[in-house]
Parts: sequence; structure tokens; C-alpha cells
Amino acid sequence: MRVMAQMSMIMNLDKCIGCHTCSVTCKQVWTNRTGVEYAWFNNVETKPGVGYPRQYEDQEKWKGGWVRNKRGRLKLRAGGRLSKLLHIFDNPDLPVIDDYYEPWTYDYDMLTTAPAGTQSPVARPKSLLTGKNMDIKWSGNWDDNLGGSQETAADDPILATMSEHVKMEFENTFMFYLPRICEHCLNPACVAACPSGAMYKREEDGIVLVDEDGCRGWRMCVSACPYKKVYFNHKTGKAEKCTLCYPLIEQGKPTICSETCVGRLRYLGLMLYDADAVLAQASVENEHDLLDAQRACFLDPFDPEVIAAAKAEGMEDDWILAAQNSPIYKMISEYKIALPLHPEYRTMPMVWYIPPLSPVVDVVSTTQADSEDARTLFAAIDRLRIPVEYLAGLFSAGDVRPVEASLKKLAAMRSYMRDINLGKPADERIPRAVGMTGETMEAMYRLLAIAKYEDRYVIPKAHVETARELDELACSLDTDGGPGMGGPGQNAGPFGQEPGMPLAGTVSNYNEMTGRGGEKTKPTTPGRVNLLNWTGGAVPQGMFPPKKSPEATA
Amino acid sequence: MTPLDYLLWVAFPYIAAATFVVGHILRYRFDQFGWTSRSSQTYENRLLRWGSPMFHYGMLMVIGGHVVGLFIPKPWLEFFGVTEHIYHLGATSLGSIAAVLTIAGLVILIIRRRLVTRVHLATTVMDKVMYIFLGGTILFGTIATVLHQVFGAGYDYRGSISPWIRSLWGFQPQPELMSDVPFFFQLHVLTATALFLLWPFTRLVHVFSAPIGYIWRPYVIYRSRDTHKGSGARTVKRGWEKAELPDVRVSPRADEPARPSRSRTNIRR
Repeated sequence: MRVMAQMSMIMNLDKCIGCHTCSVTCKQVWTNRTGVEYAWFNNVETKPGVGYPRQYEDQEKWKGGWVRNKRGRLKLRAGGRLSKLLHIFDNPDLPVIDDYYEPWTYDYDMLTTAPAGTQSPVARPKSLLTGKNMDIKWSGNWDDNLGGSQETAADDPILATMSEHVKMEFENTFMFYLPRICEHCLNPACVAACPSGAMYKREEDGIVLVDEDGCRGWRMCVSACPYKKVYFNHKTGKAEKCTLCYPLIEQGKPTICSETCVGRLRYLGLMLYDADAVLAQASVENEHDLLDAQRACFLDPFDPEVIAAAKAEGMEDDWILAAQNSPIYKMISEYKIALPLHPEYRTMPMVWYIPPLSPVVDVVSTTQADSEDARTLFAAIDRLRIPVEYLAGLFSAGDVRPVEASLKKLAAMRSYMRDINLGKPADERIPRAVGMTGETMEAMYRLLAIAKYEDRYVIPKAHVETARELDELACSLDTDGGPGMGGPGQNAGPFGQEPGMPLAGTVSNYNEMTGRGGEKTKPTTPGRVNLLNWTGGAVPQGMFPPKKSPEATA
Repeated sequence: MTPLDYLLWVAFPYIAAATFVVGHILRYRFDQFGWTSRSSQTYENRLLRWGSPMFHYGMLMVIGGHVVGLFIPKPWLEFFGVTEHIYHLGATSLGSIAAVLTIAGLVILIIRRRLVTRVHLATTVMDKVMYIFLGGTILFGTIATVLHQVFGAGYDYRGSISPWIRSLWGFQPQPELMSDVPFFFQLHVLTATALFLLWPFTRLVHVFSAPIGYIWRPYVIYRSRDTHKGSGARTVKRGWEKAELPDVRVSPRADEPARPSRSRTNIRR
């Protein structure tokens, strides 16, 4: 057993309103540069729909992910190592930029610089690739809210596996949103496909990253990723991808997409897993067994044996504690309501989803029936084959049972909690019908519906003690009697305190300067307020008398 | 032996070789981020699908042929029974196949680079310079071969050019070997030398990152968290600029009011 920790995400699809705030903030932070204009590390797709890039789920076409060969071993769908090298001069499976969309901007300065005339000036769309005027005919989210989906829905690879009759009816029944980021897989096909070995999975938290210095632009990762979440920067000639905002995660903060999520539907936390078990479990024969196979890789963070093994691997106590408090562990392993996206790709994705109950609820409410009654909802889940089969196509390789089980738990929670909220006696038969107790159901309700910030994000800080120590020793002259000895934290020096050597750019300094939490390391001088260094962030220390009861504000 | 001979056949090759070696070391040391094949496949794939493999596989054959012709001394091959006649037939026939592949591929690639606007705009000045010397080298080499080997009496470069190159490697340069070499062979050697001089400053560096090790390495790579100093305060490197319109000269049209040209404003290399 080799215990490793994986920083993972779960998205509760019932809460997604498709506002794209996650996509926009992610873009502002990570991909507002030339070369990745077309790249959305985070995107929100309307389902049913063709997705971004167009039809990325059709692996017959794009050859992403792994397949199990006749001897029961995994190989990359696009071919083995030699085949990859032979195709290095032209990757036959690479999406071109038009499969995403041609990026554009508008000629905004025309609006302000056009000379006076009879017509109002217009800002015409200009291609960001050629600079020429262009007609916008496709984008990363062209079928948003099923817009124009009478034209495109037939191209949805999952709908294509369902019958024509289903397609028509399906369009009239429901839609939902699917936000997607990199899956940070346990068995990443992109890492396996990189000829240069520039892609890697971080030992500490499992985040999959590209070493930009090591990348030589062979583009194999782009096509190998079945989720198409590695992007080729056409300006720099390097691969780029979602980093799970590791600079934030390392500080114990949630990713940008999670932090700014309006619906508060994202959860972040650790999963402990057995790295030695991954390959065997990813190679099970039946695709329907892949969900349980992945669950079998996960380890119980309360198991003393697992804890001992984790400590033997050098895992710190706070990380083990975080794994025990992880909302991800609760939803995947305890409540079993979260499901992986396309387990059949055999990459063991680590961004999981709680399937949406709302399509079922919507249908029930149009029939005048009580859409919060457990038995009505259970019956609807059993009867509404189309949405359930579609969800199964997304989350369980087509096996409807796990989706049904998950939806029934959500339905049970809805119904059970309504009784409690209305002051009626709780009906313990409801949680029992889905194999839960009233107590766990209430805990699940708190996690899903109340969804407090500290419950959604249980992120242990990276252990950077040694690195930080090195940073703060930056000035070699900062010794006793040396010219730099008036450094930070020292009260006296030949040049006074503040104008001494510059502070190293560390997390604690940053927090202190911006007033965003962090430990207050410097005591204030009583009766003295220094406004010279005030950056306008937090209230300067000593400006106001200390609050009488600090607990009251917490 | 004129001073020009010494310049062309001793000084110039050594300058090129020194630049080649030092240039690669410096670039590898200081510009890892710029070390890439700079593929343009995402812009266009219909022409590239044909042109790129043809050119690259043709080029690999060409390189193999040159290694045999230039670095394996004639007596060694004769020891294995490869006579001048057999060698000539082999080199000319295989070389012709390689040349056809390479040239056809290169023509497709150059046409693509010029006619596909996206690719054309992504072409740097250095790319264009490199294309001139690469194309020139291939052109002169082909002309020399066609003139002397295919239609001519056959020129035995293994008696002149090859020992000259080996004399450079042994630091006992013999420029006199090159003075009577036919003109197009001379031109071919000179453009090739110039190409080696330019090599480390072009995208050709990607040749040296051919990922052979991929065959043996494990599929999934684990690496420990980077703990280098500065906690993420990395300096801005080449290529990380904001999205802006590409470098194009917008020609004012009749239906558009005149406005300042946006050319040469935003591309930084």
C-alpha cells in the first residue's frame, strides 16, 4: 500500500445555474493571454449539448484516454509509445483551433476614435488569429441553454447512443449545466502521453501540472486527454492546463472557480488513495465496474493502518486530519452520492459530480403531483428513463443503478428535510429506504444545502516551513552588526526599523500587508499609529481601541 | 590556396561549429521556455498532415545518408564489399527518394506557411531566415546531385568533401581538399554551414529534444512540489503577454474610415 493524498473537487449539479462566473474568473486569472485566448480551463456546458471542444466525448473520433487490450492491459487509445513517436510530426488526433472556436475581439477603439459621421460607429469582430474581420459562427459555448440545439443536439455523443425518439423527447424534458475543469486523474492519460516527460502528478496533492520549461510542444497530451482539458498555447508552443489554482491551494484557500461560485456548489478536499492499486483497478474488464474499482482505490482516513502507512510516507498530521474532515470523502465514500465524469475513459478522474435531481423534480411538478414527496420522486426516478440514462452515460459508463441510487438519496433528503422544516415529525422510513439514517441524512443536508464555507473547503496548507525559512534569510548581510541588520522583526538598527531591507515575498508577508488573515506577527507599539505604510487594506493596528469581546464578532 | 579558401573552409566552419555548440548550451541554460517545436498544427492540419511527415521522414533519410557519406571513410565501406559503384547507385537512388520526399514536403510546408493567414502571421523573422538557409541548402544539394550524380559522370565527394569534414573534426584542417570541388557542392556546404551557425537561434533546436527516452520511461510521472525560492514570485518570461490582435497591417478600405495602422505594435519576440 502506497498512501497518497489527492486534492479533489465535487460539484453539486443541482445548484448550478449556468452563470459562468467560474469560467470568467478563471479566464481572468489564468488564460487572458495571447495564445490561450481560445482556452477555458474551466467551462460550463449545457447538457445535452456538443460540449467544448465540439464533441470531445466522442472517443472514436478523438482517441482520448485508455483502452483495455485483449491481454487485459491498459494502453492509450491513440496508440502505444512507438506509435506516438512515429506520429510526432503530425498528431492525427489533435483538435485544431476551430474545434474549439476561432478567438476574437471587437474593434473597440472604433467606438471612440471614429470621425463624426451620419452613422453610429460599430465595433466589428476581429479574429485574434488573423486580425481580420470575421463572422462569428461558433464559440466555446454556442449551445448555451440549448440555444440552437435543434441544429446541434444530434451531435451530442451521448444522445447519439440513445434512440431518435429519445432525442426529440429529451429536448422537451430537461437540461442541466455541467461545469468542467481538469480532472486531475489518478491515472492521467496526458501525463502518460507526454513524450518529453514534462507533465507530472504532484506527489503531495495529486495536482497534474505541465512543466513549462520541459514541454517541447509535441501536443500528445492535448489529444490523449479524453476531457480535452490540456490546451496548446499556439503562441508559446507549450501545453497549458488547469492548475487547480495550486498557489491558492498551497495556502489552504479554494480555487478561483470555487471561491467565486455563485451557487456555492463546489467542494474541495483530500482523498487518500492507494497509488499501487490504481493501475489494476483501472484495468477491470467491465466498464460498469469502473466506478466501484475507483472507489476501491480510496482509503479510509480513519483506519489506523491507513494512518500508520500515511505517516510512514511522511504525511503530516494536519493532512490526515484534513482527509478525515474532507467533504469529498463524505460524499464519495460515506453518502455515495457523488459520481465521476466518464469513468469509462479509465483515467480515474478526481473531479466528481452529484447528479442533478432537478430534471426529475421539474417533470414531477408539471404533473400537479407533490414534487417533494419521497414516493412520488422515487417513482419518477424509476419511470423517467431518459434523463436517468443520459446521466448514466455521463457519470457511470451507462449503468443506471449508481445514478438512480444517488438521485434517490437526494430525493429522500428533500422529502425528509421538508417534514423537519415544516415542524412535522421526521419520517425515519425515508432515509431507511435509501440505506441511510436520519442522522447521516441531516449531516448530508448540512453539507449540501447549508454548505458553509468551512465545510465546503477543507484544504490543508502545503508544508512550506523550510522553503519559507530560506526565503526570509534572503539577505546575507542581515547578521549581528552587519549593514542589513535592521531587517524585519528587529527593533533597532543603524537605519531604523522600516526602511531596512525589503521583505521577501512570502505568504505571511502578503497576508499581513493586505490584511487578509494570517498571523499577526508584529506587536503594535502602544499609543502609536503608523499610517505611512498603510496600503488601504485592513484597518491599521492601533487606530481604534481593541474590541471588548472579540469572540462576539467571530 | 588563397586567403578566401582559409576563410571559407577553415575559419567559417569553426566559427559555425563554435556558435552551434556555445549557442545551444546558452539557449538550453537560459531559454528552456523558448525551446519548443512551435507547432502550428492547431492553426491548420489539412496541408500539414501531408507536408510535415513527408519533410521530416525525408529529412531523417537525408541525415542518415550524410552520416554514411561524410563520416564513414571509403576504405571502411570497401572492406565490407561496398564498392564505389554500389555506393554510388545506393546513394543516388535512396538519396533521390529522400530528396523527393523532403522537397515535396518542404514545398507543401512553405506554401502553407505563406497562404494560410494564421500560419503566416505566426511566422517569425528568424523562421524566415531559417527557411532561406534550409531551403537553399536542400536546393543546392539537389542541384549538385542532379548535375553530377544523376546526369553527370558522378562526382566522388568521398574523396574530397568527406575527408575535409573529417579533417575539421580532427583539428587538422585541409582546406585544399575543397578548392577543386564543383561549385554547387561548394555552395551546398557553405549554406549548410551557415544553417549550423543559425541553428541554436531558431526553432531547429527541437531536433535535440527528440523524445527517444519516452520508449522506456514509466507512463505516469510523479514529482515533488517545487520549492524554489520566491513562493511563486516568478519573473515574467518570454511569451507571457496579454491577448492582443496579431501583427497585421490593416489596409484602410473605402467603407471604413481611415485610422492609424496597428501594424508592429504588439508583437514582442
